[in-house]
Amino acid sequence: MNKTASIFGWTLVGLLGAAALGVIAVRRGEPINALWLVVAATCCYALGYRFYSRFIAVKILALDSLRATPAERLENGRDFLVTNKWVVFGHHFAAIAGPGPLVGPVLAAQFGYLPGTLWVLAGAVFAGCVQDFVILLFSVRRDGKSLTEMAKEEIGRVGGFVAYTAVIAILVILLGVAALIVVNALKDSPWGTFTIAMTIPIALLMGLYLRRIRPGKVLEVSILGFILVLFAIFGGQWASQNPTMASVFTLRAPTLAILIIVYGFAASALPVWLLLAPRDYLSTFVKLGTIALLGTGIVALHPTLHMPALTRFVDGNGPVFAGKIFPFAFITIACGAISGFHALISSGTTPKLIARETETRMVGYGAMMCESAVAVMAIIAACVLQPGVYFAINSPAGVVGQTAATATATISSWGFPVTAADMQVLAHAVGEQTLFNRTGGAPAFAVGMAHIFSQSLGGAKVMALWYHFAVMFEALFILTILDAGTRVARFMIQDALGHIYKPLGRTSWYPSILATSALIVGAWGYFLWQGVKDPLGGINSLWPLFGIANQLLATVALCVATTIIVKMHRTRYAAVTLVPLAWLVAVTFTASWHKILDPNPRVGFLAQARALAVGPATAATARLIFNNRLDAAVTAILVVMVALVLVESVRQWIGVLSGREEARVKESPFVMTRLAEERA
Amino acid sequence: MSRFGRAARLVLATLREIFDEAAYARFLSRTQMASSPQAYAAFRLEFEEAKTRRPKCC
Repeated sequence: MNKTASIFGWTLVGLLGAAALGVIAVRRGEPINALWLVVAATCCYALGYRFYSRFIAVKILALDSLRATPAERLENGRDFLVTNKWVVFGHHFAAIAGPGPLVGPVLAAQFGYLPGTLWVLAGAVFAGCVQDFVILLFSVRRDGKSLTEMAKEEIGRVGGFVAYTAVIAILVILLGVAALIVVNALKDSPWGTFTIAMTIPIALLMGLYLRRIRPGKVLEVSILGFILVLFAIFGGQWASQNPTMASVFTLRAPTLAILIIVYGFAASALPVWLLLAPRDYLSTFVKLGTIALLGTGIVALHPTLHMPALTRFVDGNGPVFAGKIFPFAFITIACGAISGFHALISSGTTPKLIARETETRMVGYGAMMCESAVAVMAIIAACVLQPGVYFAINSPAGVVGQTAATATATISSWGFPVTAADMQVLAHAVGEQTLFNRTGGAPAFAVGMAHIFSQSLGGAKVMALWYHFAVMFEALFILTILDAGTRVARFMIQDALGHIYKPLGRTSWYPSILATSALIVGAWGYFLWQGVKDPLGGINSLWPLFGIANQLLATVALCVATTIIVKMHRTRYAAVTLVPLAWLVAVTFTASWHKILDPNPRVGFLAQARALAVGPATAATARLIFNNRLDAAVTAILVVMVALVLVESVRQWIGVLSGREEARVKESPFVMTRLAEERA
Repeated sequence: MSRFGRAARLVLATLREIFDEAAYARFLSRTQMASSPQAYAAFRLEFEEAKTRRPKCC
């Protein structure tokens, strides 16, 4: 009876999911309800988790609940600790959920809601969740080793070196892009700038409170910090209406860029407890709360999507970023579908907390499913906007024109009507001077989120508050990535430099701290400055660069996973990682080819450099030409690294399959768990 | 304990782990110290390097 009910129930889920996907894919010419996306996503995730992840767990990984994990064998009360699986799940999700799944889908919405939705669902179920799951399990079986170490041991020294270089490259580009998103969200916005500026003294206050007044009471101080941030949002409204304050906090993009670079340096060099840790706690608190609130809002209000399923920009002439749907939709949306960065977390803290191997399925596969659900929410938030409004916010002035009249005329001529008056009313409703050319994805997401929230909580009157809450949420989120990422990169550089000159490797030696902080901040600061000065809005060229770098890391992770699967004599199932790997290689190589050599100056870096060279010479021309050539070189280096890892991996597979090389995986020896004995 | 109570405890335990309160409690228990500004400073000193090396995703 139970089996019959299960078959019936899962058949029903399958049919419902197929129907929802059918509506999303087939409906044309009329708006659809966001609930169809929610239903399709829920059914896909349920089926993927129940059947696909179980297949991987049983047939390939052979999860063994009797095998002691490093958390049990090496327990030290610090890094290695047997932890409740739901607690590990929360821990893992809090680490993998960054601003990426919010920004990427908003930018890719220029193609319509369909491509992004299909990629987020299929990419997560068949690639992203699989990567996170298998890398987590392989790390658990290797004493919690990092991806870099596993790449070195299983593929060879080249794999390890490339993984290390890729991590640094990704961090630098990621931090540059993240900072650019903050700049674009805050430029000429006294309200947003005031609120975000206030989070710095709030974080300092929290740091001192934690250290001196109530040591260790992080939850308590996070709630206090959250309340203060809400006051800062209200204060921002006052600041934007007060002429003196408004003039102080109305900042241009270059000024904001300099301030963020100074902040990044300070956060890297100052003691952690003072600024970085409290801001991290505050950001996590706001992040978890806002994601829950947004999910509830979407399900409760199920708004209508005004963006068409497919727009004319699938041809590659999109205003938000140029490039055809393949490969650029798959580069633009990384974190919501597959993110190489997750492999670092799956081989970082999480494997050291897992109590049983069987829990890796829920934590690795399950948490990535939740991340993908966040990306679906972002698609909904972008697509509830009228398309004309969406394009007015996200298109750079270099594409649509400098004035409101030319921008609205250009966008309307594409078939997405919008007027300057509409945009003025919307800007006024959210408390901004203008919403034109607010590239980067964050402002469009904030407007969409405010639109959803204002329909339920407080109505249109509080739309400005919701908008600035959303801006604050994203900026806080991103600044946390910026300060934490700068610090992580600083440690990595110190580790590397320590091999050359020992004192440089000492993480507490101040000359080393200052030098390496300056090095890493200078590197991402350069990309930020380049983006700020780019007439196409910067995000146009930098986001694909980030996508390529991130997918490169995913390629390395999937190479490691496939190599281990081949060595485990599970080659007949290797397609589970090989197919996503082949897809990513196709995407990364094609995108790199276009970004370097495409003759369209809006797509190819070298073509843009050539176009600038023959155009009118300005003071910035030489720098822009150099920047484009640099971006082309960075892309070429990344793609050569992918090729190297691939060649090394294929060499390993052929060696093992032909019997020339011993198929020996570098797992820790089996030890029977005590937890099972205790349970028995 | 009711199902709701168990769920609430689990959520609180998760939050305490994410926000390092549980780590601080373990530190106090391991070092036999009482909570104080000095104990918290010692905890942060021990914990900070590991904490700040953790990558966070984009």
